[in-house]
Amino acid sequence: MRRARSHSEIILAGSGGQGLILSGIMLAEAAMLEGKNVVQTQSYGIASRGGLSLAEVIVDEEEIIFQQVRAPDCVLALSEEAAKKYESWAARGVPMLYDSTLVAPRQGGNFIGRDFTRKASDLGNAGSVNILALAAVAAYTGVVNIASLEKLIRKRFRGAALDLNLELLAAGSELAAA
Amino acid sequence: MKAVATLERETRLLQGNQAIAEGAIYAGARFYAGYPITPSSEIADECAKRMPELGGMYIQMEDEMASIAAVVGASLAGAKALTATSGPGFSLMQENLGLAVMGEVPCVVVDVQRSGPSTGLATKPAQSDIMQVRWGRHGDQSVIALCPATVRECFTLTVQAFNFAERFRVPVVLMPDEIVGHMRENVALPLPGEIEVVDRKAPAGPPASYLPFKPDEDGIAPLAAYGSEYVFHVTSSMHGTDGYSNNDPANAAWRVRQLHEKIERHRDEIVLTQSYYTEDMDVLIVTLGATTRAARTAALEARAQGIKAGVLQLQTVWPFADREIAALGKRARMVVVPEMNYSGQVAGEVLKALGPGADIRRVNKFNGTIITPQDILDAMLRPAGAQTQGNQP
Repeated sequence: MRRARSHSEIILAGSGGQGLILSGIMLAEAAMLEGKNVVQTQSYGIASRGGLSLAEVIVDEEEIIFQQVRAPDCVLALSEEAAKKYESWAARGVPMLYDSTLVAPRQGGNFIGRDFTRKASDLGNAGSVNILALAAVAAYTGVVNIASLEKLIRKRFRGAALDLNLELLAAGSELAAA
Repeated sequence: MKAVATLERETRLLQGNQAIAEGAIYAGARFYAGYPITPSSEIADECAKRMPELGGMYIQMEDEMASIAAVVGASLAGAKALTATSGPGFSLMQENLGLAVMGEVPCVVVDVQRSGPSTGLATKPAQSDIMQVRWGRHGDQSVIALCPATVRECFTLTVQAFNFAERFRVPVVLMPDEIVGHMRENVALPLPGEIEVVDRKAPAGPPASYLPFKPDEDGIAPLAAYGSEYVFHVTSSMHGTDGYSNNDPANAAWRVRQLHEKIERHRDEIVLTQSYYTEDMDVLIVTLGATTRAARTAALEARAQGIKAGVLQLQTVWPFADREIAALGKRARMVVVPEMNYSGQVAGEVLKALGPGADIRRVNKFNGTIITPQDILDAMLRPAGAQTQGNQP
């Protein structure tokens, strides 16, 4: 199906507890700051930690009818299970950003491995990998501007948490460009 | 100037379940009693925050049987009340939901449908409680049930659910699927006054002559509040217009008929549907809930291939939109019914509406995954009589 240029679809997949549904919400809110329509859906298991967990975000200037991703512009994989689930998409031309700290290396032009979790850990909090990886997705795809994410982070956080999240945002953008 | 600013329409990223809680508050609900269960828990979460802020009440009950009992009690005391649950909890609520039917107690029960049977796939969607909503309780009765497809409809249909409950003195079931309950969309909620809010009819005469179950000409009796000067009795057993036991066959027949007729008489006002691309269609897709969105996309893609497809969304599931389906179905060479269940619970009702001989194509998925536009397109393109179930992961 031919897609309007204003339409973007992103999958953020990983393991329960990594915070990817929050990343999906933040991506949607950042797109709203740019005046776009958004739909964010999620899929997770019954465990509060572990198991495949993912958020889907669709951004469009027009009405979004079908709520689920059909042809992603980018897949983020923060676990081996998530990478396995979506690696066939990469063969069909969908770029996959994956966490090379946690996921076995993948060969091929559409696989982009980055040390997301190690970098988040270096910055003091491996648990904040969701923000760092979200910044990388935004920088890589342009689905939202980094400035919109920064605005959102400044609205959501204060003090030390704000400083850390701004560092994560910058680090994620740099990793995407590297 | 500040007053104007506060009335400005605010666009928010809202989850379906949150919009249901907001809709309930907009409709005037100030009492929530429930037992959290996936995928409905965000409704409890939101009500726990919001109800006390508004001078209302949130109670976390020991189970779902107690939850619906508290809701019935709160409503009889004059509050607009709701509870929210999912399949296993909804099963536990049936007995006192029957009491709400028999006692003509306005209330709203939200059943965010998940995959069963029993505790099933707790986090995955389904549309398989359609017959349970209609017939889950023993005894012969009618019920009103609404099903949203968008976050905005989660809000507006919740307001509508309360309006129907209050107007007709009935419990109303709101039955989103997990997809819609958990989905987030940007939405500008209606401002106060933008959607009509209906309150139950109060008695006007002297308390001594109040008959709590004597309908007015519109078929609905005024309802006083417990604790007011109107003292009255409510029983789940057969009762007369005064609310006290009455086993006379003539009274029993009159009562059962009245409980049905107060809904049937207002059927056209209660049955809400939404049509998309139906003006020139010759293929009709009948849908509800999240499946509506797949159906709309399927219809647009079918049109790109030269198939004139249209969609009829059942916002009201019960009473069933048989006349609306018959009217559109007459113009269609084929009717496709996608639903997230094995048994074709909606398709069976569509068959009743259209009669044998109609080319009805079922699309059933029951593995916890969604129905896609392609699943619906495949059903349109396959030969008549062939049924498919797209349950591969």
